[in-house]
Amino acid sequence: MSVLEIRELVTEFRTDDGVVRAVDGVSLSIARGEVLGLVGESGSGKSVTSLSILRLLPEPAARIAGGSILLRSKSGGELDLARATKAELARVRGDRVAMVFQDPMTSLNPYLRIGTQLAEVLELHRGMARPEAWERSRAMLEAVGIPDPGRRLNDHPHQLSGGMRQRVMIAMALLCEPELLLADEPTTALDVTIQAQILELVDAQRQRTGAAVLLVTHDLGVVARVADRVAVMYAGRIVEEGPTEAIFAEPFHPYTVGLARSVPRLDTPRGRRLEPIRGMPPRNLGPRRGCSFRARCDFALEVCAELDPERRAVGAEGSRHLVRCHSDDVAKMRATLPGVARRLEVLP
Amino acid sequence: MSEPLLRVRDLHVGFPVRRGLLGREVARVRAVDGVSFEIARGATLGLVGESGSGKSTTARAILRLVEPSAGSIRLGETELRSLGGRALRRERRRMQMVFQDPYASLDPRMTVFDAIAEPLRVHARLSRAELERRVAELANQTGLDASFLRRYPHEMSGGQRQRVGIARAVALRPELVVLDEPVSALDVSVQAQILNLLAELQAELGLSYLFVAHDLAVVRHLADEVAVMYLGRIVEHAPVDELFEDPRHPYTRALLSAVPVPDPVVERSRKRVVLEGEVPSPLAPPSGCSFHPRCPEVIVRCRRERPPLVALGRSPREPAPGVGAGGARRVACWVATADEPGAPEA
Repeated sequence: MSVLEIRELVTEFRTDDGVVRAVDGVSLSIARGEVLGLVGESGSGKSVTSLSILRLLPEPAARIAGGSILLRSKSGGELDLARATKAELARVRGDRVAMVFQDPMTSLNPYLRIGTQLAEVLELHRGMARPEAWERSRAMLEAVGIPDPGRRLNDHPHQLSGGMRQRVMIAMALLCEPELLLADEPTTALDVTIQAQILELVDAQRQRTGAAVLLVTHDLGVVARVADRVAVMYAGRIVEEGPTEAIFAEPFHPYTVGLARSVPRLDTPRGRRLEPIRGMPPRNLGPRRGCSFRARCDFALEVCAELDPERRAVGAEGSRHLVRCHSDDVAKMRATLPGVARRLEVLP
Repeated sequence: MSEPLLRVRDLHVGFPVRRGLLGREVARVRAVDGVSFEIARGATLGLVGESGSGKSTTARAILRLVEPSAGSIRLGETELRSLGGRALRRERRRMQMVFQDPYASLDPRMTVFDAIAEPLRVHARLSRAELERRVAELANQTGLDASFLRRYPHEMSGGQRQRVGIARAVALRPELVVLDEPVSALDVSVQAQILNLLAELQAELGLSYLFVAHDLAVVRHLADEVAVMYLGRIVEHAPVDELFEDPRHPYTRALLSAVPVPDPVVERSRKRVVLEGEVPSPLAPPSGCSFHPRCPEVIVRCRRERPPLVALGRSPREPAPGVGAGGARRVACWVATADEPGAPEA
């Protein structure tokens, strides 16, 4: 049973050059306790997708122009966030759905003590009195690994390191045990040893509370580590989606293959020439004609210029592996992937 | 092995911490605390570490963009630390820098042509025709289409801007280029283009690189040797494959194990060393080995004495070679060097 189900979401931005469809027909769903990694490069629409869910878009320049975002409760109730009223959204935000951003300083109030900011969430959504909310907040800081949490409640955000602030953000997001956690590049600004701590923390909380997690990131390594399923976005669309192992080992879309070929890896020896994806992504202006990736694609066919590829099921039966691509020359595509022999090399 | 191009010995950089109305200096942060290494001609040294490790300060001190407080920096036969004014300006032609954010390092009012021509106008007396020919050549070398030369930085993508930054850096045919996180602001597909370009230019122009980066996979791809820094010191320094396949310092091991690999099969079978806590403040570094409060292998000695950087497999009299391909690995750790002939007695 999916906690979140997005159907054919379209999010548009008005710009000086015309209307840009940042998200153009995205459908995805996340089950309870599942981590969906949403990957893509700048401008692919991955962050706009996650902002659309909680309706945190810069309105009126941006608007949801179509589709639905269904949030399902355990009792079977359904709320379409794309059409929810302000009051309904206010009830959901920070309670049933919480969000963690890349830069905690943009979401923490610099003037307020950590404790005040955390306690307010519980006062608002749970109707707790301050002393009880304060104690719950202290326990949550402790749970996310902040040393001396009682004292930290009295600190202001600037008194904490970047890694600690990100922990506070996560603590705040988890206070009401959300059914859905949206994490947008939660570790991108952090050092790798701190990143490892934060990823373990998110995973531990998911296991404890069974939250569904949407992890938005550009980092394929992070996705390989924590995601159960992966959706690859390109030019406002999910071009491939499937189980993490299948996306990395048996991809069906030339863009997914291109990404894997272009990243340097810790476990491959020096001297392998990286294979960049040539050219640059399009801007999604005007009506779509044909596949957006065709200009950069090594496997483009004539039909790619005419027909926008439909979603089709591929891979193992029941794996829910979907791809939007006309080409079925996957053997040739995959022949260019970093070899299996290399993948088995010893890593510390 | 040829004579090293760059020889850094016992480099120190301190920053004053000022407090109060009069801005009195109340303490000094030892951002770089006794760093030594060499870079051979045509070779790449990767300098890695987390925020606050001193890697960027080390790079800047070599270019004298920040003033070292002690130590020696030799470029070829020239001691850079004693140079000033015109002599320093002359030597600066020999070493250039590529910055992380090409948008911040380019003048928004300059066309690409002028941006690339600027160092040539300052340092080389060229006729208009020579200048145009040289700029066109540089654009071609860095993969910039001639049509870009009339454009402004805001009309270009991040990858194209970084190509301009690189063209500027190699315009004066330097011997050493310091690359400070040159691809960390770029998307992965573009990163690969820039990394390939840097490799091509190195082979073509015989450049030496000091490559400062936090992304270890990127460093593995480009570097011949890697030095790992923690709180202002080098804790391990080795040829690249040795460092990645057999890291000896517990911090290097933890760092490598923290980097996620884009491969779920590998990722889920790895044993991970997750470090506790964070890098301590360089204002109050821990006693002994500065990594000891986070080290999973800490012994009593680590809390008391600072471990020296010891070349593995060498007698104590033999000086630790800075580096250069084939140089021995050096490690600063009481546990890792316990059985080494070069290790000081307990």
